[in-house]
Amino acid sequence: MANKLKVATTSLAGCFGCHMSFLDLDERLLALIEVAEFDRSPLTDIEHCHPCDIGLIEGGVCNSENVHVLREFRKNCKILVAVGACAINGGLPALRNHIPLEDCLLEAYRDGIGVENPQIPNDPELPLLLDKVRPIHEVVKVDYFLPGCPPSADVFWAFLTALLEGREPSLPYDLVHYD
Amino acid sequence: MASLTIDGQRIEFSAGQTIIEAATAAGVYIPHLCHNPSYTPHGSCKLCTVNVNGRNCSACTFPAAEGQTVLNNTEQLKQDRRKITQMLFVEGNHLCPSCEKSGNCQLQAVGYQLNMLDNHFPHFYPHRAVDASHPDILIDHNRCIFCNLCVRASREKDGKNVFGISGRGINKRLIINSATGELKDSDIDVNDSAVHICPTGAILIKHTAYQAPIGQRIYDHHSIGEEALEQEHGK
Repeated sequence: MANKLKVATTSLAGCFGCHMSFLDLDERLLALIEVAEFDRSPLTDIEHCHPCDIGLIEGGVCNSENVHVLREFRKNCKILVAVGACAINGGLPALRNHIPLEDCLLEAYRDGIGVENPQIPNDPELPLLLDKVRPIHEVVKVDYFLPGCPPSADVFWAFLTALLEGREPSLPYDLVHYD
Repeated sequence: MASLTIDGQRIEFSAGQTIIEAATAAGVYIPHLCHNPSYTPHGSCKLCTVNVNGRNCSACTFPAAEGQTVLNNTEQLKQDRRKITQMLFVEGNHLCPSCEKSGNCQLQAVGYQLNMLDNHFPHFYPHRAVDASHPDILIDHNRCIFCNLCVRASREKDGKNVFGISGRGINKRLIINSATGELKDSDIDVNDSAVHICPTGAILIKHTAYQAPIGQRIYDHHSIGEEALEQEHGK
């Protein structure tokens, strides 16, 4: 196929569970790569996004690097998709949102049980944490949302096949879950 | 017998019934969260908004009347209800993957029923407490939607007065009637109706979590519309 659909994926403040669920497409992945190819993605190791048709974003936004990556995806992807609970509402990382950031860092790196050589990591290469974890639609325009923790492989399949066939994607009752 | 129409369907009702009571009796589902047929209507969640003769009103409080033209299942009302549900989600901290009510939660189920795929609005992430003081019952204020059902159940059925809603707007909160404000010092008992009425995961019974596996929970395969009609009307 001459013009394959270009797909990019990334995990921001996520656990890669959505990517693992994507791989649950199993043998359907073979059908998918007949019509689609991957650009920037943990599956390809391509480091930066080129112009793409679809960008799948797992995870919310918890640090400055997440913001840069998300904006790179939005700039390059015709269709940007929030994948999973964390991208949609912050998810479990957002449980820190009612705790001041300084308290989080002190608990994790200085005062917590079993901490050795206590110090707050401050290497200049480390991205700075945001004060709150945010869902991606609060930073960029998002075109579609695939809820679930994670969304099942059937959700990815229903969504991608609809786009490939030129239909408006929709999820039936059994594919809509927030957990 | 007097009658009205809902989405063109003729429905009979008896004097004194509200629109939602007439609809439920006729097997028509109108989405709702703060309404429960066993308790005095409250009219606060606004999910049951229907259009009556051209005006929007709450079906749980609005009296049925002869010849009313009621619209319920329209695309516009579905969109309005979805927005209302999204506002309920962003006002609290509704993180379903870490909530033991997930799969059996009416708030979540209404989201499913409305095909709500995102929360649309900016999240408040309010700072709310958990009251785990009671040996059998847990209150997680993060998930309270102020439906008032526990307040009504405690007063109307349990003959107690354990719960109240205090404050207004963004400062609104569920309060507990005890000297310390903690649940353990209140009159509540695990068998009270107020403990079992919560439509979200705000009031939980301890030691009962995750008994039904995913796939066998109330709303995994059946929409809240089917379940509500079955429970409230026996259909």
